[in-house]
Amino acid sequence: MGSDSPERLNEGGRAVLAVEGLAVELGRRRVLEGVDLGVAAGELVTLVGPNGAGKTTLLRAALGLVKPVAGRVSVAGRDPAAGRAAVGYVPQRHEFAWDFPIAVADAVMTGLVGKLGLGRRPGRAEWQAVADALARVELAELADRPVGQLSGGQRQRVLVARALAPSPALLLADEPFTGLDLPTQGVLSALFRGLAREGRAVLMTTHDLLAALDGSDRLALLNRTLVAVGTPAELAARPQAWTEAFEVGPDSPLLRALAGAAATGTAAGAAVAV
Amino acid sequence: MSPIDFFYDLINPDLAFLPKALAVAVMSAVVCGVVGCHVVLRGMAFIGDAVAHAVFPGLAVAFVLAGNLVLGGIVAGVLTAVLVAVFSQNRRLKEDSVIGVFFVAAFALGVVVISRAPGYAGSLQQFLFGSITGIPDSDLWVVGLTGAATLATLFWLHKEFVATSLDRESARALGLPVFWLDLGLYVLVTLAVVISVQTIGNILVLALLVTPAATARLLTDRLAVMMVAAPLIGAGAALVGLYLSWSLDLPTGGVIVLLLTAAFVLVWASRLLPRRALAGPGRDSAGRGRAAARPRFHSEAIDLGGHT
Repeated sequence: MGSDSPERLNEGGRAVLAVEGLAVELGRRRVLEGVDLGVAAGELVTLVGPNGAGKTTLLRAALGLVKPVAGRVSVAGRDPAAGRAAVGYVPQRHEFAWDFPIAVADAVMTGLVGKLGLGRRPGRAEWQAVADALARVELAELADRPVGQLSGGQRQRVLVARALAPSPALLLADEPFTGLDLPTQGVLSALFRGLAREGRAVLMTTHDLLAALDGSDRLALLNRTLVAVGTPAELAARPQAWTEAFEVGPDSPLLRALAGAAATGTAAGAAVAV
Repeated sequence: MSPIDFFYDLINPDLAFLPKALAVAVMSAVVCGVVGCHVVLRGMAFIGDAVAHAVFPGLAVAFVLAGNLVLGGIVAGVLTAVLVAVFSQNRRLKEDSVIGVFFVAAFALGVVVISRAPGYAGSLQQFLFGSITGIPDSDLWVVGLTGAATLATLFWLHKEFVATSLDRESARALGLPVFWLDLGLYVLVTLAVVISVQTIGNILVLALLVTPAATARLLTDRLAVMMVAAPLIGAGAALVGLYLSWSLDLPTGGVIVLLLTAAFVLVWASRLLPRRALAGPGRDSAGRGRAAARPRFHSEAIDLGGHT
């Protein structure tokens, strides 16, 4: 875990998100404790953990929506509240009012509301940013469609486009794969990977093992605190970290899936090596 | 009575209260129609109901002190809206419970206050069911200016209200002052209700707020279209309702609300007809009513699709 310390990333000046010794309490319950995590530009990091592990809370701390009781979070070297312009947030799909009578392009425009300031109307530059964001998620042809008519995968891409509209350096995505079929997950996974390759720092959460192992640069296993951080290959070889994070026994189907994924990963690696 | 006779009554100087009532009713309906779009889309009809009842003690106190009723209602309604917004911050209580607590309390206060006033029964009925007589000239100004200010504020903060309605968590993440926007919207609902209470009455005003917007929502998937259709529906019902109530000697508020309800049911039933019989949901209306800078996305593709 030493090689993943935020200090190292800070030295290089590349850590867009730096979390150090973070502790967060909701009510009197401590939901995060001693979390250290850095996400560098160009890197896709996936937070994996069971329900209630504190994944969403960690994202909310990065957004400056919850105050830490200990430790600190910085976005692009600044306090999260001050660094907001640098962050794009993709909430869980059910957070969005899909029955609202609004077209896709107008929904994406709401991602620029913070940047525009109170009462200011979007101009040509803002609509161009919306068009670019829609093109990036390959939804340009649905720009005029009411959001209520979209499929689950299209809705998820609308949320990504909305987060991308202000061209953020850091993209936070909460459970983007939940409730989507495997091909759609694949499309989105490729999208997030591509967004990271373009130089953004991407941090997403999931409790889907396959989605996490496929395409992340690093995984962070979270259950109140960080249980383990490493590349998918490194963590696939450490089943005890997963049983600890998910609080399951050695006969859990999770471990069989992990073993299967690790085997596939090795095969794929071998194929590439050949 | 024919509509022509109604027109002559409107310009008859002996019936000066009638054009005033018409002006107040139409202005109220327009403001309520626009504000109501937000109320309906956010699912905050209960807040509208609450505010409608909460303005009652303000009206009662203003009546007892012989002050301006509209101002009295605004003070009481805004005070209740603030209390609801503040108490809703408590995690253990949902907003609807907080609303339930305060609006009934406010209404009870109104009942107690007005019972101390002479002529209690008559004025109570006037508050509850509305009246087209006895609207002072000053109210025309208060209603007009309050309505204009309400609409101007809604227009000014349109994108903020929409962003907050769509997704509160993301709105917070974008740095929007969600608490203040909520409070602002409550205050706007209060203003819309207060200016309408005179003619429509305390109990029926909720219909002016909710029914036109709900009807417009059934008609379109476009927010801009909805926010134009709702005030038109409301104003039409106010005009026709006043005419019918005047010519048939029926209570104005009740007639307006029944007309609105009939329009809602008709539109709802017409949606059950085959889709082809109606205009599609705004295929060509996409770009209208928006800022001029808004480009049309792929309209050519859609139009070509229509020809093939």
